[in-house]
Amino acid sequence: MTDISKEAIVPPRSFLSQDAIQVFYRLLAALLICAVLAVLSDSFLSLGNILNVLRQASLTFFIASGLTLVVLTAGLDLSVGANVALSACIAGTVIHKTGSPALGILTGLACGGIVGLLNGVMVTALRIPSFIATYGMLWVLNGLTYWYMAGETLHGFPAGFRQIGSGYLFGLPIPVYLLLVFLGIGTLFAQRTIWGQEIYAIGANPVAARLSGIPVARRLLLVYAVSGTMAGLASIIFLSRLNSAEADIGESLTLPAIAAVLIGGTSLFGGVGTVFGTFIGALILTLVLNGMNLLSVSANWQPLVTGIIVILAVWLDMKTRRRAQ
Amino acid sequence: MREAAVVSEPNPLQRIPGVAIVLVLLIALFSAIAPGFLSVANLSNVLVQSTILTMLALPMTLIIMTEGLDLSMGAVLTLTSLCVAIVSLATKSMLLGLGAGLLVGAAFGTVNGWLVAILGIPPFVATLGTLGMAQGLSLIVSDGQSVVGIPHSVRDIYSATLLGVPLPIVMALVTYAVFHGLLYHTRFGTYIFALGGNREALRYAGLSPNRLLIAVYAIGGAMAGIAGLLMTARMNSGHPTAGLGLEFDAIAAVAVGGTSFERGNGWLLGTLLGVIAVGVLRNGLNLISMPSSVQVASVGVLVIVALFLDGLRSRA
Repeated sequence: MTDISKEAIVPPRSFLSQDAIQVFYRLLAALLICAVLAVLSDSFLSLGNILNVLRQASLTFFIASGLTLVVLTAGLDLSVGANVALSACIAGTVIHKTGSPALGILTGLACGGIVGLLNGVMVTALRIPSFIATYGMLWVLNGLTYWYMAGETLHGFPAGFRQIGSGYLFGLPIPVYLLLVFLGIGTLFAQRTIWGQEIYAIGANPVAARLSGIPVARRLLLVYAVSGTMAGLASIIFLSRLNSAEADIGESLTLPAIAAVLIGGTSLFGGVGTVFGTFIGALILTLVLNGMNLLSVSANWQPLVTGIIVILAVWLDMKTRRRAQ
Repeated sequence: MREAAVVSEPNPLQRIPGVAIVLVLLIALFSAIAPGFLSVANLSNVLVQSTILTMLALPMTLIIMTEGLDLSMGAVLTLTSLCVAIVSLATKSMLLGLGAGLLVGAAFGTVNGWLVAILGIPPFVATLGTLGMAQGLSLIVSDGQSVVGIPHSVRDIYSATLLGVPLPIVMALVTYAVFHGLLYHTRFGTYIFALGGNREALRYAGLSPNRLLIAVYAIGGAMAGIAGLLMTARMNSGHPTAGLGLEFDAIAAVAVGGTSFERGNGWLLGTLLGVIAVGVLRNGLNLISMPSSVQVASVGVLVIVALFLDGLRSRA
């Protein structure tokens, strides 16, 4: 048994299979929830609802996938929700001012990426613990966004731009295609590139990683920048789907994103987890919230349930790892 | 002597400059640019408005000293404030309202402590989870609406005076005295230093670090209950988002006050000065008609700068 847990950290091959088992359990859990919901609610299995679940899950996944990389390094990014809000508001303004969706998209991605990079600088150069640095950033971004918007709402964007979030291609919502693309890129990057493997190594043992010549600070900068850029991407999807932007749109996004990462089996202590697991995590969380919605539970219950899920997910993760040792 | 045996007592001479300089600079700045800042009425206003934050920042200092964090404090304060409003509205009794707030706050604090100490969940994630839970419960018990029409006995808590001093300030000073006595003059206080500095030593001394840790978080929750009473009295209502984000001001006050996030030593007087610094910053920005959004961002910058300086000092 001890050999397995050691191998889980070192050679890539064997931890993939370990992770495959973990992902399999989570897929089973997702199917189980689907079965329960199908019994409890007539409308759950309707095509409209399933597409809705997928679209909602994809939004959570975009934020959570970048966050997964951060958590793999044993860090945390609490600023993602606030980053989505700021990026959406700035991208929305650019589209309004210039009339060019492409320019708006680029600005949104850049804004998210720059915020992520600043997080990375605070964590690496200033050596502030990541959860505090990004928590400070959360409030800085919140303040900036509310100040910038001054209570205004941006709405009414070009029809072409709105297709990104609300359009369909061959019967599937466009965000679902984006989800598949980023799921593929994220998985390939984490499992099949040197940089990805170095990120796992940093999370498993930062000292060993540094001693073996991995440029730890540069890789950390990268993961925080990626997390920020993915928040920027989510802001574009959000903007085009809602067809509006307000300063408060990010407030309910951070906790679900963290929940998706943790349900997906990525360990808070770093070095263990997969981007695919996070996708399943986003799916499970969305199914639960969707189910509550279908069973006419008030939306007021959502933060309570999400909070409980976060704690349960961490507790389960710690329990299974303790048993593995 | 006992404190010195467990951890080195923080050297106040090294610390006073940091937070005192911040405070003096802020006061000088706003005296120069904000009309009316230096008036007695305004300064006493700053102090009265800082009382709720004091109630949160003092226990937050203890929690951070144990290398912990409580992100749920603002949401729990919101919930206890609603409990005070709802119970005092139903029973017409301020004391029963306070009792309900204390009970709910202490319960949340105990759950936080249990998650951190017994289940071993990292504090920032455990309390992020309970933040969501408290926020959800606030929405559920209030159905998203304000609770209005609370009795005078609650409202008077905020406006009453004792020997000419506003009652909230008296409460804050008493709280500070209690925390100071608790931390520096009791065994429990010594144990708190040990929780952050040397947990093994506690175990060898035959004490249960887990129970102590739960107690520290429970105190934080209970203080959020008392602060909930002040919040309800101040707003003359209960509101489902009233205290959200206040934990950040508390963390800011602790960080500016020189308590370290990584070495398990804390300084209560520094926290008190930090609370006043945050209060002065918000009040001054308010006087030069900066919206609350700019105040929030400024507090965020203040925290990052304070932590950066803290990091520099720990490496020096």
